[in-house]
Amino acid sequence: MHPEKKHHTFEPKIVAFVCTWCTYAGADLAGTSRMQYPSNVRLVKFPCTGRIDPVFILRAFQKGADGVLVSGCHPGDCHYMAGNFHARRRFAAFRALLDFVGVDLQRLQFSWVSAAEGGKWVEVVTELTERVRQMGPMREFKELAREEHWSAQIALPELKEAYNAIP
Amino acid sequence: MSRIGVFVCHCGENISRTVDVEAVARAAAALPGVAHACDYKYMCSDPGQNLLKKAVAEHKLDGVVVAACSPRMHEKTFRAAVKAAGMNPFLCEMANIREHCSWVHEDRAAATAKAKDIVRMLVERVKHDKRLAPITVPVTKRALVIGGGIAGIQAALDIADCGHEVLLVERDPSIGGHMAQLSETFPTLDCSQCIMTPKMVDVANHPQIRLLTYSEIERVEGYIGNFSVTIRKKARSVIETKCTGCGVCMSKCPQKKIPNSFDCNLGTRPAIYVPFPQAVPNIPVIDRDNCTYFKSGKCGVCQKVCGPGAVDYTQQDELITEAVGAVVVATGFDLYDIGPKPAGSPIEGYGEFGYGTIPDVIDGMTFERLASASGPTGGKIVRPSDGQEPKQVVFIQCVGSRAREKGISYCSKICCMYTAKHTMLYHHKVHDGQAYVFFMDARTPGKSYDEFWRRAIEEEEAVYIRGMVSRLYQKGEKIVVMGSDVHVGVQVEIEADLVVLATAVQPRSGADTLAQKLGISYDNYHFYSEAHAKLRPVECATAGIYLAGACQGAKDIPDTVSQASAAAAKVMTLFSKDQLERDPVVARVNERFCVGCLACKKVCPYGAVEEKEIRDRQGNLVKVVAAVNPGVCGGCGTCQATCPSKSVELDGYTDEQIMAMIDTL
Repeated sequence: MHPEKKHHTFEPKIVAFVCTWCTYAGADLAGTSRMQYPSNVRLVKFPCTGRIDPVFILRAFQKGADGVLVSGCHPGDCHYMAGNFHARRRFAAFRALLDFVGVDLQRLQFSWVSAAEGGKWVEVVTELTERVRQMGPMREFKELAREEHWSAQIALPELKEAYNAIP
Repeated sequence: MSRIGVFVCHCGENISRTVDVEAVARAAAALPGVAHACDYKYMCSDPGQNLLKKAVAEHKLDGVVVAACSPRMHEKTFRAAVKAAGMNPFLCEMANIREHCSWVHEDRAAATAKAKDIVRMLVERVKHDKRLAPITVPVTKRALVIGGGIAGIQAALDIADCGHEVLLVERDPSIGGHMAQLSETFPTLDCSQCIMTPKMVDVANHPQIRLLTYSEIERVEGYIGNFSVTIRKKARSVIETKCTGCGVCMSKCPQKKIPNSFDCNLGTRPAIYVPFPQAVPNIPVIDRDNCTYFKSGKCGVCQKVCGPGAVDYTQQDELITEAVGAVVVATGFDLYDIGPKPAGSPIEGYGEFGYGTIPDVIDGMTFERLASASGPTGGKIVRPSDGQEPKQVVFIQCVGSRAREKGISYCSKICCMYTAKHTMLYHHKVHDGQAYVFFMDARTPGKSYDEFWRRAIEEEEAVYIRGMVSRLYQKGEKIVVMGSDVHVGVQVEIEADLVVLATAVQPRSGADTLAQKLGISYDNYHFYSEAHAKLRPVECATAGIYLAGACQGAKDIPDTVSQASAAAAKVMTLFSKDQLERDPVVARVNERFCVGCLACKKVCPYGAVEEKEIRDRQGNLVKVVAAVNPGVCGGCGTCQATCPSKSVELDGYTDEQIMAMIDTL
């Protein structure tokens, strides 16, 4: 009954930013229901999607994520009443910015997964993993970081010093 | 350098079957800052917890990662354990390598690699954990109970008997709910009124219960221990303090042709009415939509005949705001109105059963009123169309329930039993009558339930036919029921005098709106969701709100009463302390960096952010900053993500902690 094991040349890194009340619980349900999905995803738990700063998504891409998933409660079901609405607005604007910067938006997914939707969690994770696998590794941000491209542009010694002071 | 302890759990074989736990422990031991790492069969067991406590002392740990199940399962357990060992509990984190790893991946190598990653993420997080102290908030020792059916009554009485004040809010003019409508109750066949009305009177007479009937919840603010509830007391048009309940107004009201909804519209009532004679409070209400005075300005008979002068046509809705510490939601159920499909409803109707068009096709509650001694027929079972005694009655079960194609897939739980009861009530009253029941399965789990059902068949001569009914149609005075008997494999046609449909139990209309006011969650059918299906069945995920009765799922009376008492016990547990300890996951403002833009105030769903003026010693205003009231803060962190100067921080989810986790990628 086990699905045939597939070997891939590229295993993408997927980071999921999830809220604790809906999607984290939904992922727990997928576990208690013994559903199977690709092991590429790493979860970071937040109280609410409203807590997720777009900077975290940038940081994840910079640190080696090939795909990022943001998932919370369905609209209207937020444990904190309105956090997911704020998140939705914030990410609608942020997507446009990422697109402008040149990040393929296919690598970034937003979804609503409730605590009762273990199956949907599996679907969302599997779909994103397979999509990103087809796209190959995300290099742009990593290379930028490696080349220290940004700090190299700064000529002033005091600015350079200030920049280096950033951990 | 941190001194972190990592404890990897086998969870019997649940984790170790797919994750090489020893390898995970070895990998953890090699991480910078980890002073101790080990694995154990059951970390949550007593010896497992002792191992943890001993290691905390022995290795002088300043952070603990337990790699085991979901934090939703055992975070409290392990935090309590490290606390007992003298460590701040908020320095203990759980790495979820069961629900999020071993149970969802079969490949041992991949699962082990993922488990190592998860542990590493949490180890980095723990390094940035701060010692937090629980927040204490005062508890208002008053409870609000929403709904005055048997669930609400039981919960209110239990809490009030414990000496706490209770506000009982009921939407209808009288408490009693559905149980007051029933004739007799299964499996004992004792009269519902006889056991219900004394409880209603107890509520009315209890010094600790304040009863607000004909009232609805308008607004709920605040949090556990400190809710502020606004209640709309609808205009009764009768001054409660003056009315003596003599009933002269009702007997003199010239408008007497209004269908009585308490009797499922079988009888009629006047425009000024109490829903039923045993109503509590026994104070009438004017149905303004049907009252001649309110419609045309003429009449005013009730005001003229009222001795104490209690009738007041100018009364307005009144808004009352009350402080309570806990809320019990007991809003109950409605029966599925199985007529034509309602507009905009995802649920299909049952047009083929002729409900609403054939007068002698009725639902179970209507049959209860027919059989009830206090009902419109005085307990005589007759056909609504011509008042004749029906000699052949067909009962159809699972109408609406367990019908996925119709939109409801759950079992309504009470119909098998009440249909068996109906056949008995019918047999007791119409000795030469015959009851037929079409059923899918008979579900009779419950004390003395199966015996009761067997009795309906073996002693009370009900004929049970396993199979569904496809169509009903009127033929002269009879209703032809076309169904199948799947045991014999034949089509069955019965000419019935009366057809009773066991329609599905649904949450009360407006259940979703109330849930949104309370900030509690509900499922697709609008049944309220409990915090945990097995271990926290009467609590909502929203702290301080508890559930009782059929608003949480279809239930019979014994289950409802048990759940109501359980909810009351939870409220009393909360009220047993003067101060409540809350998780300190709340936002804090760094006043040095805050520029006072107050974007956080705009996004805060709790209204927890206030403006604070900072003044120098001379009293000159230096600047205005945001300040978070930790008692009100719910801990969502939306403010932190919104703050442009990064001067709000959510304890437990600081930027450092999140960044440290991301940086392990």
